[in-house]
Amino acid sequence: MIEGIEVFDVLVVSTAMFFIGIYGFMVRKNLITILMSVELILNAVNINFVIFNKYLYPDMLQGYIFSLFVTGIAAAEAAVAIAIILNVYRHMKGIDVEQVDTMKY
Amino acid sequence: MERFIFYFIAAIILVFSVLTVSSRRILRAAVYLLFVLLATAGFYFLLNYNFLAAVQLTVYSGGIVVLIVFAILLTAHLDHRLPKPNRLKAGFSGLLAVTGLVLTLFAISRFEFVRSPLVTEGPYNIEEIGTRLLSYGDYGYVLPFEVISVLLLAAMVAAIIVAKKSIKND
Repeated sequence: MIEGIEVFDVLVVSTAMFFIGIYGFMVRKNLITILMSVELILNAVNINFVIFNKYLYPDMLQGYIFSLFVTGIAAAEAAVAIAIILNVYRHMKGIDVEQVDTMKY
Repeated sequence: MERFIFYFIAAIILVFSVLTVSSRRILRAAVYLLFVLLATAGFYFLLNYNFLAAVQLTVYSGGIVVLIVFAILLTAHLDHRLPKPNRLKAGFSGLLAVTGLVLTLFAISRFEFVRSPLVTEGPYNIEEIGTRLLSYGDYGYVLPFEVISVLLLAAMVAAIIVAKKSIKND
């Protein structure tokens, strides 16, 4: 527990981080930058899990263990997304979302 | 003292998050993302969640950022700058994000969080986490643990199959 810091103060940070990620997801055109925005969003969710576990239920470990799971899923998602991006780059010679508008092989 | 460290970490997280989504050089954006993830690990250390901070450092800032940097180096020229986003689109997206932020913070500020009277300082020991992850009983997490292991295997196979160069195409 941090002296003088309430749950709300941490939630302000994580919510701001979440919506910055949303903004990047909507504005960016390059697939890799979109992936980075998704990582920001997942990280904000992780902070939420951790702070709820620490401040509200310190005798249990739900938030702790689920943030471990979220981290694992983020890693799997990044690996698959980057494989798809590399494949798209090979076929379309670019990874802008506006370029990638066909499912044709 | 810890309070000021928290403010410092929060400032790092916010500034570099904004830079991550606004930088026009893509490799710099990846490095700013690395700073955000490192600051988050510092926050976990501040809360005495040492194992989680170590996982954050190795998986996020070690694994994912390196993967992203590799993808950037494979697909973009280093001196390439991303085009400026359409001003109208950026304005609307920013407006939407700020509206969502204000609404969410308003809803959160109305909610009364009940702090637990228990105070557990000090790190959880890793033995307890490992036992919880593999126990069948109350507060055991063996089912999500097994599900995520299958998911990781599937993701690994899928990544190899998708990224592999097809023989026909060669």
